[in-house]
Amino acid sequence: MFFGNILIWFVVVPILMLAGLALCGQNNMKAIRGVMVTCSTVLLGMSIWLVCDFLAQRAAGNQAEMLWMDSWMWYKPLNIHLAVGVDGISVLMLLLTSIIVFAGTFASWKINPLPKNFFLWYSLLSTGVYGFFISIDMFTMFMFYEVALIPMYLLIGVWGTGRKEYSAMKLTLMLMGGSAFLMLGLLGIYWHGTPEGMTHTWNILDISHYNNIDHGWQNLLFIFTFVGFGVLGAMFPFHTWSPDGHACAPTAVSMLHAGVLMKLGGYGCFRIAIFLLPHAANELAWIFIILTGISIVYGAFSACVQTDLKYINAYSSVSHCGMVLFALLMLNTTAMTGAILQMLSHGLMTALFFALIGMIYGRTHTRDIRQMGGLMKIMPYLGVCYMIAGFASLGLPGMSGFVAEMTIFFGSFEHADMFHRIFVIAATTSIVITAVYILRVVGKLILGPVQDEHHLSLTDATWWERLSTVTLIACLAGIGFFPNWLSETIQHSFKPIVDALAMAI
Amino acid sequence: MGYSQFGAMIPELIILGIFLVVFVADVFSRDGSAKKFLTPMTTVLFGLGTIAIWLLPSCEVSVFGGMYVNDTASMAIKAILNIGVFIVLLQSAHWVESDEVAIRKGEFYELLLVTLFGMYLMISARHFLLFVIGLEAASLPLAALVAFNKKHYESNEAAIKYILTAVFSSAILLMGLSFVYAFSGSLYYSDIYANITSGKMSGLLIVAMAFMIAGIGFKLSLVPFHLWTADVYQGAPTAITSYLSVISKGATAFAFFIIFVQAFGQIYPDCWEWMLYAVIIATITVGNLFAIRQKNLKRFMAFSSISQAGYIMLGAMTSSTMGLGSMMYYIFVYIVSNLGAFAVITSIENKTGKVSMDDYDGLHKTNPWLSFAMTLAMFSLAGIPPFAGFFSKFLIFTSATSTGSMPLYILVLIALINTIISLYYYLLVVKAIWINPGEAKVEAFKSNAGERAALWICVAGIVLFGLVPYIYEYCYNAALIPGPGQ
Repeated sequence: MFFGNILIWFVVVPILMLAGLALCGQNNMKAIRGVMVTCSTVLLGMSIWLVCDFLAQRAAGNQAEMLWMDSWMWYKPLNIHLAVGVDGISVLMLLLTSIIVFAGTFASWKINPLPKNFFLWYSLLSTGVYGFFISIDMFTMFMFYEVALIPMYLLIGVWGTGRKEYSAMKLTLMLMGGSAFLMLGLLGIYWHGTPEGMTHTWNILDISHYNNIDHGWQNLLFIFTFVGFGVLGAMFPFHTWSPDGHACAPTAVSMLHAGVLMKLGGYGCFRIAIFLLPHAANELAWIFIILTGISIVYGAFSACVQTDLKYINAYSSVSHCGMVLFALLMLNTTAMTGAILQMLSHGLMTALFFALIGMIYGRTHTRDIRQMGGLMKIMPYLGVCYMIAGFASLGLPGMSGFVAEMTIFFGSFEHADMFHRIFVIAATTSIVITAVYILRVVGKLILGPVQDEHHLSLTDATWWERLSTVTLIACLAGIGFFPNWLSETIQHSFKPIVDALAMAI
Repeated sequence: MGYSQFGAMIPELIILGIFLVVFVADVFSRDGSAKKFLTPMTTVLFGLGTIAIWLLPSCEVSVFGGMYVNDTASMAIKAILNIGVFIVLLQSAHWVESDEVAIRKGEFYELLLVTLFGMYLMISARHFLLFVIGLEAASLPLAALVAFNKKHYESNEAAIKYILTAVFSSAILLMGLSFVYAFSGSLYYSDIYANITSGKMSGLLIVAMAFMIAGIGFKLSLVPFHLWTADVYQGAPTAITSYLSVISKGATAFAFFIIFVQAFGQIYPDCWEWMLYAVIIATITVGNLFAIRQKNLKRFMAFSSISQAGYIMLGAMTSSTMGLGSMMYYIFVYIVSNLGAFAVITSIENKTGKVSMDDYDGLHKTNPWLSFAMTLAMFSLAGIPPFAGFFSKFLIFTSATSTGSMPLYILVLIALINTIISLYYYLLVVKAIWINPGEAKVEAFKSNAGERAALWICVAGIVLFGLVPYIYEYCYNAALIPGPGQ
């Protein structure tokens, strides 16, 4: 039964959200907010239920590779299915998406102009993200991936600030360029992934069981798929869309894009590139370790010299997302677990950052840290939140960043050879650099003297802003204090991948 | 030979019947108000004819000693083209009532139907004589249609350019044909195929084939035979531009596939594929690069359609069932996407006379529905999911890589990189509509019923053709028939 599967509802609800919005009047804010809040709350509830039920099923001894698996024929001549299924990682990604969609709805409470169109594209974007995480068929996965990319153009172009036209075009073309490489990789996997005499399949699990792609092709396809997803993961030298794009995007879009969309890159890298092409992953990981190593350090240094709050945060995203890919390329369970934790942690933290920047900008009308100061005296609530986000970012124990980065560096250091060790040590320096740029901003922006007396008359956060930030902070602290259930959810999911890697050596 | 054989050409007879009814009605209503009913009558008749062709039982018919073959693939492509022509009729319903052309609207419909008849013959021909007759019947009336705004300097210029290139390319094609005849002593596709497979080869045949690619390339506006396209598209009445860009392109692409699979399939294995390979790369790239700079939307669509023709020809690269099926599906999706864009361009041009991209600045403030439709059409042409264009591009790339050979992967990679370039210029239109600042230059208006109906059909097609898999399955199943040499 199509609608009997809970996973399908993660796509159906956003589509209903689209339909509901389409029926609203253009400026009927009450109706629009009503639809958005209802649907995002339902999605959040569904995700929480899904995580609980997933843990319960695993505890009850269900060892299947993926749960809630189902598959419906779509394009018969090419054997394209709408195939769904989730493991621990996708479950957590769905939860992350729901949290950020929920928080983003409240962060764009007063969006202007064309509120209806804004939320229409926003919903289409989230449809793509949800669809991507539930799919296990490469075709549908790729389709949802592109569905998630294109609304960015209009979201940034129409509702953005600054050099929005340039940034929107740059972001769209670079990401679509990545997906062009990706598509060729997927076609190669499709035509070469099945043994002679069997029907070709797009199903990820089937292809990994066949394990049929010969080594030459694996190397080629690995580069295509990894670069394709790596562009979205802001891998050096393909990261340049990220600072411009994030800086010009409206608040909720920056949140969703940095918080969730960039995770699509990391997720795709291991779900397709590493999982389906394990031999090439073992052989060619070094190329991408170098590139992501550069991302980590370079992103952090760049953040140190920026004066625009959004640019600081965007470069910090490049650094942190680089760490996700870096950890995945270490190809062992511990580091990969750390990568997933980092995805969650960075997603929440960066969403919180962008939400706060949006709120501050909405009041002061500047994002330049040289023109602001002493916000703690003016808007203590936002100031405290900003400090919390900053501490999560630099890895203070008790916050999510600490857990994630520790796991990553422990895992990465398991490699005993010189090459890996050097790069791990280099990457570790980013912790210090992160502290530099975070404390620089906190010192100037939050604690320093008030720069502009006009700011003294500004007000603190409203209820919807508080709701948005409290949700995110609670989750950040939740990961920081109780990381165990998360890492257990994740760890089992890596077994098939690590087995495939071990077999392919 | 019995005359009953004509009875087997049912789709042609339907078009011929409609043509005769329109002709008679036109002749007997030369003066006065009786002409009012001509447009609705033609549209309704053609709509019924389209439905009839869709519903015809698919059976393999071969008459006149195999000169004319109506297999399922030919039936399917005829049905697909018919939908496109129907949309064009709806789109132009308002334009033909305008003062300048109303007096000649009977001619408009007659010429249009004759070209369609010619394309039907091209599609079903399995003998080069019939093919050439069809090609000429499809080309010459089009020149008259291009000149239909006869008081406009540009329209006349376009018609002269069109007729000269059409005649020139026909001459090249006929030259090639005469070589083919010298080689095989027959103009049946199957005889030529048999001669080639039996090992009889000569350099003459390669030359002949190059001539034929050039001749057909003119009709398809493949690079380097594309130079007439932009001027003709710009000068012709918009209804004819949209007709040229989808219908005649679709028909010729299909005929091209049939000729090169069924007649020249075995010529020095891969020989024609390499020629086509180079032509496709040039077509896609040049079309895209020139489209970037265009400000006039009709010129813009001309270059966009050049590059789209390159994508259509990707389906011919593998000469497999999947290739033909994907090609037909691509043509169908291209018809609704391109006509969707043209429906918007037409209604704005009819209302305000504006066709420049700069005039579309801020269109969403005054005409939100047209803006919405144009955005969908642009996304679909660029290949963005969940719109149909994504599926057609994906499927044609999948079919092109199906043999797994490295050169084809490289070809697809080039095509994929080109989709990014095309995305850039399609987004320029979207940008003008939604993002560019300033007051809207087109005032708010309500487009007329015909244009709106055309737009609705196109939007429905853009949204549904991809998500609903039956269209592709229909094309794929229809394509199962024509194997090489049959």
